[in-house]
Amino acid sequence: MLRKLEFVIRRLFTSVFVLIGVSLITFFLARVVPSNAAALYIGPKARPEDIERVRKQLGLDRPLPVQYAIYMADLLHGDLGASIGTKRPVLAEIIDRAPASLELLFIGMLFAILFGIPLGVLSARWQGKPPDVAVRGLSIVGVSMPAFYLGLLLQILFFRNLDWLPLAGRVSNDLRFTNPIAPLTNFLLFDSFVTQNWVAFKDVTYHLVLPALTLAAYPIGLIARMTRAAMLEVLEQDYIRTARAYGIKDVVITYLYALKNAFSPTLTVIGLTFAYALTGTFFVEIIFNWPGLGLFTVRSLLNLDYPAIMGMTLFGATAYVIINLIVDVLQAWIDPRISLK
Amino acid sequence: MTAIPVLSTEPEIQSARTFRHVLSVIVRDPLSLLSTIVIILFILIAIFAWQVAPYPLEGAGKTNVSHSMLPPSPGHPFGADRLGRDMLSRVIMGARPALIVPIGVVLFAVLIGAPLGAIAGYKGGWADETIMRITDLFLAFPSLLLAMAIASALGRGLQNAAIALVVSWWPWYTRLVRGVTISLRERYFIEAAQATGVRDSVIILRHILPNTISPILVQATVDLGLVILAMGGLAFLGLGTQPPSPDWGLMVSEGRDFILKQWWISTFPGLAIFIVVLAFNLLGDTLRDIFDPRQYR
Repeated sequence: MLRKLEFVIRRLFTSVFVLIGVSLITFFLARVVPSNAAALYIGPKARPEDIERVRKQLGLDRPLPVQYAIYMADLLHGDLGASIGTKRPVLAEIIDRAPASLELLFIGMLFAILFGIPLGVLSARWQGKPPDVAVRGLSIVGVSMPAFYLGLLLQILFFRNLDWLPLAGRVSNDLRFTNPIAPLTNFLLFDSFVTQNWVAFKDVTYHLVLPALTLAAYPIGLIARMTRAAMLEVLEQDYIRTARAYGIKDVVITYLYALKNAFSPTLTVIGLTFAYALTGTFFVEIIFNWPGLGLFTVRSLLNLDYPAIMGMTLFGATAYVIINLIVDVLQAWIDPRISLK
Repeated sequence: MTAIPVLSTEPEIQSARTFRHVLSVIVRDPLSLLSTIVIILFILIAIFAWQVAPYPLEGAGKTNVSHSMLPPSPGHPFGADRLGRDMLSRVIMGARPALIVPIGVVLFAVLIGAPLGAIAGYKGGWADETIMRITDLFLAFPSLLLAMAIASALGRGLQNAAIALVVSWWPWYTRLVRGVTISLRERYFIEAAQATGVRDSVIILRHILPNTISPILVQATVDLGLVILAMGGLAFLGLGTQPPSPDWGLMVSEGRDFILKQWWISTFPGLAIFIVVLAFNLLGDTLRDIFDPRQYR
């Protein structure tokens, strides 16, 4: 127990160092790499005197270490600058849009785990047989398919050809008038659920299916492959053979005894796919016109909204570091051998 | 992805895996053979794009408005886009930025990453610490996010997108090569070289790096799929190739507004990305089964 605690604390410390490093890299990208950072910060239509003002304001005329100190002080106050496009603080934009993206991310990852792990187990149980071949085929297609392409194909199939699911957006337009969702958390599934607004709940669910599936394709492939590999390794071990010899049912062996020990490597991959899913939401949000962080970031990228771009980069990297930290801690908790390393 | 990291390292077996052995495995496995053929075919098409494309000028960007939105037909098997350009020619010409540039990106990432990894693994101590902590910082970003930030800091365009991808990809090779180097360092031939007074730089160049080629090759094959996806993604977002130049990712994005009626504009370039990435992934799987570089991680 003490060892686990020590591991967690050590891991926390490294994360803090990594975050400092991440801020250094974004600082370099924001202030040192561009030839005229002040001009970028004020946008393409700036007058010279405005650029001069921003240069003073950002401290771009000061030595780099001083600039970094100011930059960090601003960051610690939550000041990421103001978006050129919307004139609002970048942090406020992020907070406003985060629920839409997080909802998509959570449901996507839920799909990935709910499909990926059982598919991997199925594949391992039927190694070399048709189910295994099918799952392996499916997973390699999943990891080879560009999200921005899969989304379009799903739209053609499920909207144009079958007309089962809506084309884009988070919620139907007319719903705003017929069954408006109370804006509690902006997680629409949650909001419509707690207010028992079932019409809206159904509508939101329908809108979520295609984007979440598009986002989940790559993680499903990766998780299925890793679960399969881990299961195959575990299923060869002596204790499984012993359990078989005792006549314990195959289903119990696979899902209870083997999966438990195959879960640790699977968790690593789940953590890794989060990185993918973070940037994956960018593409999914564009294709499905999803009003989240991705749409905001991409619009900023195209409009050269520099403060917004750098704010989002920092935010994304921070989220990724935190996810990795959580995965590591979870893993140490599940698999005691990890904290001994 | 087929094997969990195993601790036993048997470099003797590694060296037995010669080029001929790899070739024989690939030829015997129909899927790998097919993937290899597909990859070679696409590379040839990319190289000879001007000769192969039925309408090379339209492929490069010349408009032909009278053919606007022409559906697929024998004369234009992939149809034509909004500006009347033959989509088959566009897809063929688009192979250069979408396929050849990622190959260059991986090559540069290896050229930067591998020597640093060899130095870190061989020297150990503070050199190792410094190099690996720096790679940790780069790996703390989701690769594509970092590439997007760099690409926007440098300015949009194919070349800057490629630089951005190199910057976000080299650390993976540093990590890989460092692991291999550490396991090589203890081997007799390295110790023998040290004992006879061969300089460190010569040991790294002549004895360490050549022995890291096979794991690098496996990793590079898998990474090529990822880099092609990333490159397509950057182009799709408008950060890579700029119109009117052809690029698969960009073409998917250009056809996005018309997918419900003129489905062919996005479909064929997207299909091209998918097929190439699939081929690299299938081939990478086979190579990984032969070499398994993950055992070094």
